[in-house]
Amino acid sequence: MALKILIIIPAFNEEHIITNVITNLHKKNSKWKLLVINDGSTDKTKEFAESTGLAKVINLPFQVGIGSCVQTGFIYATNNNFDYAIQFDGDGQHRVCEIEKLLANVESGKADVVNGSRFCNKNKKYKPTFLRSIGIKIFEILNSILIKQKITDNTSGFRAYNKKAIYFLSENYPTDYPEPEVIILLGRNGFKIKEIFVDMNQRSGGTSSIHGFYSIYYMVKVFLSIILTFIRPRIYNKKQTEENV
Amino acid sequence: MNDPIIQNRIQYIAIICSIGLLFFIFELTRRKKIREQYSLLWLFFSIIFVVLSIWRNGLDAFAKLVGIIYAPSALFLILVLAIFLILIQFSIIISRLTEENKKLSQEIGLLKLEINEIKNNSTHSGSINS
Repeated sequence: MALKILIIIPAFNEEHIITNVITNLHKKNSKWKLLVINDGSTDKTKEFAESTGLAKVINLPFQVGIGSCVQTGFIYATNNNFDYAIQFDGDGQHRVCEIEKLLANVESGKADVVNGSRFCNKNKKYKPTFLRSIGIKIFEILNSILIKQKITDNTSGFRAYNKKAIYFLSENYPTDYPEPEVIILLGRNGFKIKEIFVDMNQRSGGTSSIHGFYSIYYMVKVFLSIILTFIRPRIYNKKQTEENV
Repeated sequence: MNDPIIQNRIQYIAIICSIGLLFFIFELTRRKKIREQYSLLWLFFSIIFVVLSIWRNGLDAFAKLVGIIYAPSALFLILVLAIFLILIQFSIIISRLTEENKKLSQEIGLLKLEINEIKNNSTHSGSINS
């Protein structure tokens, strides 16, 4: 039986690009199942995504935030017994051609989770602002120390997961700027994370959700969450789940 | 300040206010505007205020016990404590509600998708049969 692969596409107000994202993914590999999770968009994201007929669309009744939005995808993947899941932003930032690179690394069993990183390569096209690069560095050091795995791009939303990780994340997924926390959560619970370099597009629309006052809130909140996740007891019992899966 | 009439007046006001608060919370709970489990902290502290406003030496005794020289500030201590506890309880409740809200919205999203698929399937198979 062919392996079931789900592409989880969180989308909030992406009407200008969502059709492209879906058709590009479908063109690349029509066997991938596409799942758009529309996080209570106020524009026509729902209509555009549904009218392609190529993706399943989950419409959340109101905006629940990126974390809970992506988690809905993991719940769907668990319920429908998918083998692998790719998290792929609906804003056109991620490149379809990089997916297979991520997939290959989970399929080979080298890692439970593969993180697409903009930074783990000397060839740096992506240039964050000074303050942002400090933030990125802090999380890199913090996460690397805490889970003893070097993760350079903690805020990446371009990741591949195997069944074990899907199942785990369907039950445990942080909210509110969740990406760095997910890394800690997974590392802390014994998942193997591998990072590979991916090229990302410049944003084609919208601004980063992290700016101004929110960048301070972001740093404090994520810092606290990371420390707490590290302190909390492990959730995941390796033996138990391996028997179940 | 040592005028007994003024001292009595503030005591009467304190008694009326604290009994009023107790009655108000009780009434809200009776009418199910506040759930019993969330009225407990309110009731507990309003009873304490009633007791302290009637039994004046009680406040003095309490102030002496915790080392407060000016007895009325002991009242503020109790008041702040009450507000803190009730607000912390709110934070706990809000966090729980947020979590439940999140789960519900996820369920709704997943169910809507499933319902649409079932609907589509049944109209498709219907058209094939007819």
